[in-house]
Amino acid sequence: MSLTSRHLLGLYNVPKEDIGKILDSASSFKEVLDRPIKKVPTLQGKTIVNLFFESSTRTRISFELAQRRLSADIVNFAASTSSLSKGETFKDTARNIEAMKIDMVVVRHQSAGAPQFLSRIVDANVINAGDGRHEHPTQALLDMYTLREKFGTLKGLRVCIVGDILHSRVALSNIYGLKTMGAEVSLCGPATMIPREIDKLGVQVYHRIEDVIPNVDALNVLRIQLERQEGGHFPSIREYHNYFGVTRERLEKAEKPITILHPGPINRDVELSADVADSEHSVILQQVLNGVAVRMAILYLLSQSN
Amino acid sequence: MTVKSVVMDEKGIDRSIVRLSHEIIERNKGIVNLVIIGVKTRGEYLARRIATQIKNLEEANIPCGFIDITLYRDDLQTRSLEHPELKGTEIQFDITDKHVILVDDVLYTGRTTRAALDELVDLGRPASIQLAVLIDRGHRELPIRADYVGKNVPTSVGEQIKVLLKEIDGKDEVLLVDVG
Repeated sequence: MSLTSRHLLGLYNVPKEDIGKILDSASSFKEVLDRPIKKVPTLQGKTIVNLFFESSTRTRISFELAQRRLSADIVNFAASTSSLSKGETFKDTARNIEAMKIDMVVVRHQSAGAPQFLSRIVDANVINAGDGRHEHPTQALLDMYTLREKFGTLKGLRVCIVGDILHSRVALSNIYGLKTMGAEVSLCGPATMIPREIDKLGVQVYHRIEDVIPNVDALNVLRIQLERQEGGHFPSIREYHNYFGVTRERLEKAEKPITILHPGPINRDVELSADVADSEHSVILQQVLNGVAVRMAILYLLSQSN
Repeated sequence: MTVKSVVMDEKGIDRSIVRLSHEIIERNKGIVNLVIIGVKTRGEYLARRIATQIKNLEEANIPCGFIDITLYRDDLQTRSLEHPELKGTEIQFDITDKHVILVDDVLYTGRTTRAALDELVDLGRPASIQLAVLIDRGHRELPIRADYVGKNVPTSVGEQIKVLLKEIDGKDEVLLVDVG
């Protein structure tokens, strides 16, 4: 059982069978996380580099836990503490990694396409942990795993991604992955934050959260990236919350409970009200646990195709 | 691949399961603290059958679980073949201080058993682990032996033992086949 590609650069054009294999394998790893000793010797002797050009806490910790629980040896590069801040080029960094006989590279970079570039110059398996506004495939896979765990299947499931689609790599990966698995995907957010022509990907676009809520099974609420709002895409945080905030009052308009996902970290009472984030229909903390299992599955499946 | 002989037929497998079950009860002087764990894939079905047999003999349920040793294999990083599909370990009870009867279909090099032993000690600290197999075909590469054996079958390396079980293969039969 292997994937069709040696790398996981994004979910664009990744076949249904591959996504299925990752999600199926993740269940086995989730069982490992329930054991008294949460570790298996599967990747003993493999060396993995975590190359983070952009700051990250949860994705990096999740990857690191997944790697340790598979018994891999790991090395962490953070842009702020390495020679990258001394002016070394990306290509030279990559070549140095290659010279150190690394088996796999997990990369996060502020530029779209960086992981793909890396995959062309190094021999190791490359996993994209987020590149610019492009893709964040492992996040989308853990979202899909969490939805499948809750609903049994993704086929026909109605999922709406709410918020800042323009700056979001999570949204794009989710759109590709969910569409491949047969889900119905819609988007909702201010017109300034929804890329033009994104409906060509086969998604329905809404600009009023009230129009979405009666017609979905799950909402994947994106974080409003406060650090990227210099462009003035909406007048104020308060106004965003008033128009697009996912609140209990709005959710109560639906006939049945709606499952709430969020990639974290949450801005409480901005995109999501605090009581909804902590409600029984929120699967936000399951997403965190599933993230480790899904990343273990990806590492396991890619580790063979050397 | 040609079939050289039928090592066991349906009746033969049934009788072996009955005898193994009696031996397990006898050696452990009952079923106190006894649990059965089958090695997936075919060990799972043999474990279920032994558990049912013991239940009939002792009129009490015996915990039964299943182990997938894939993540503990010693050849994952060295062989160039595809990684095996993960089938998942399903053990819903604590094995600490229990007498574990590990069940597999064929004992050959002993490497699967080694992997299962390593996984079991990661899951808890059993009082003891005993190994029950339907067929022991020899050619051990590790110092491992079975406590309960359905049948010893001398084989050459070019031969293979195929265990077919109703639950997944549609019939009960053990075949000696030539793969050379």
